[in-house]
Amino acid sequence: MSDYLHDFFDIPSDLQHSWLGLIGLHLREALLPVAAGLLLALPIAQLCVRFRWLYPPVLGVTTVLYAIPSLAFFVVLIDYTGQSELTVMIPLAVYSLVVLVPAIVDGVRSVSEETLAAATAMGFGPVRRYFQVQLPIAVPAIIAGLRVATVSSVSLVSVGMLIGNQGALGNLLHDAQIYNRPELTWNSVITTALLAIVLDALLVLVRVLLTPWMPNRPTRRRPAPALEDAAR
Amino acid sequence: MIRIESVTKRYPDGTVAVDRLSLEIPDRSITVLVGPSGCGKTTTLRMINRMVEPSEGTILLDGQDIQRQPVTTLRRSMGYVIQNAGLFQHRTIVDNIATVPRMLGWGRQKARARAAELMERVGLDAALAKRYPYQLSGGQQQRVGVARALAADPPVLLMDEPFSAVDPVVRKGLQDELLRIQDELGKTIVFVTHDIDEAIKLGTMVAVLRTGGHLAQYAPPAELLAGPADAFVEDFLGGDRGIRRLSFFPSGALELTAGPVIPLDATAEQIAAPDAPFLLVTDADGRPLGWSEPGDLAAGDIRPDRLLSHGRPFVPGTDSLRVALDCAVLSPTGWAVAVDTDGKVTGVVSQQTIGEAIRSAHAAGRAHDEVAG
Repeated sequence: MSDYLHDFFDIPSDLQHSWLGLIGLHLREALLPVAAGLLLALPIAQLCVRFRWLYPPVLGVTTVLYAIPSLAFFVVLIDYTGQSELTVMIPLAVYSLVVLVPAIVDGVRSVSEETLAAATAMGFGPVRRYFQVQLPIAVPAIIAGLRVATVSSVSLVSVGMLIGNQGALGNLLHDAQIYNRPELTWNSVITTALLAIVLDALLVLVRVLLTPWMPNRPTRRRPAPALEDAAR
Repeated sequence: MIRIESVTKRYPDGTVAVDRLSLEIPDRSITVLVGPSGCGKTTTLRMINRMVEPSEGTILLDGQDIQRQPVTTLRRSMGYVIQNAGLFQHRTIVDNIATVPRMLGWGRQKARARAAELMERVGLDAALAKRYPYQLSGGQQQRVGVARALAADPPVLLMDEPFSAVDPVVRKGLQDELLRIQDELGKTIVFVTHDIDEAIKLGTMVAVLRTGGHLAQYAPPAELLAGPADAFVEDFLGGDRGIRRLSFFPSGALELTAGPVIPLDATAEQIAAPDAPFLLVTDADGRPLGWSEPGDLAAGDIRPDRLLSHGRPFVPGTDSLRVALDCAVLSPTGWAVAVDTDGKVTGVVSQQTIGEAIRSAHAAGRAHDEVAG
């Protein structure tokens, strides 16, 4: 058993990383694109909210981009960015963007007319209104989008193995084949899945911390407020 | 004073929401804009804080054209209350209320202290301060909305159908509370509603608007009920405006009679003496017990459980003629019971006497109009 465990974590030297090193690499290749996607998605979504006519074409273009298989995307990019991490990260950023734009648009639009009118009437300018009212209320929707983008990004990084071993934990799959070591396959699959689960759980935690105002807590404190009012 | 001078709002597609509307909104009183949907009442309200810009005409606030002021300064000087409250769901109650003071640069402590003071004023328990809006009932949220609008002590309060989304019992409570707050603070309130009863209850002046943004009539509520300007206003006021107008006549001048009122331990002479078809029996403290025909009463053995219900009594001077008439109509004998504020019977009055009082009140109203006109 201990031999098997030893083999399990014995990463072939051609990958130039320890197991933890591969995890670090995988996280970087998966999360940087999500962060870039979020940074791009915020202004694009805001434009789509501001100019309603813009949203359908943006949605159309992003959906088409999402339909491109990642491998095809990588191959096209090799001509420009070579067999590098960047070649893996650009498509992942685009996929994140595709998931996040509608999530943010829906989140920002979910702010009620009354709340917006009240904010305007209290003298909020458009910028202050966006940052202090619309964006905070859109947080649950944005994090829901981030969860999908993050998990899919973590799983897609592995495909980078096919373009010159740029797949971080995915590269283990290649080595498993050439060295005939099936335990490396298991390592790759299990570690990737655990990463995705842990990151997803972290995002849920962030959501809970950022939104104490959400009504979905298990213990709802409501001391019969309707009765209090009726008594007045 | 807010002066609306021949203001028109025309949208790019050609629809006219407000058509050459002129209105003088007096200070420190409640002016109600009322009308069916599409009459431009909300548009008019929103032109006062420039959430909608007029196509033509001007609006003056204390003689100053509101177009000359920076829009955010103007808005922060006017409280705004909206249907469903429009609270910031991501902020606590105290932070919601402190929003405008914070924007005006108040310190956190001062703004929170002010918020706490306002919560008390609008009848909210201080324990709610740290809650979030979803934890409050609709009525409580609307109270927060009012507190938030009052936070920076603006001279003007704009209210856009604030109570229309809560149930009738809560709505009545909120209306009474608004009148109480207004008594204390004396704001210049512009109040939009589609509910004519709400308009008549709250308004010092009522502007009735008709579809297309025309002003149909602008008058105090009693005048509106007495003399609707045209068929539209009459129709909008509803079929019982005569009865509703009685709310504006005091009942203090009603001639009460104490003749048919007898105590529980009445003697045979006391039962026989009044020449009345019904007698009202009172307890030792003078509170009403119930009605009976004289023939059914035996001296020394009057059984309170055998009496007819005395119905709801009214308080002359406090209640209106409408309440007095209602008491008489509901009474099994057709007589209304008058009590003082302690609940002691001061006399009884017949439907006929109330009818005479109504006729003389109308006559006095007409004479007043002729003098005034």
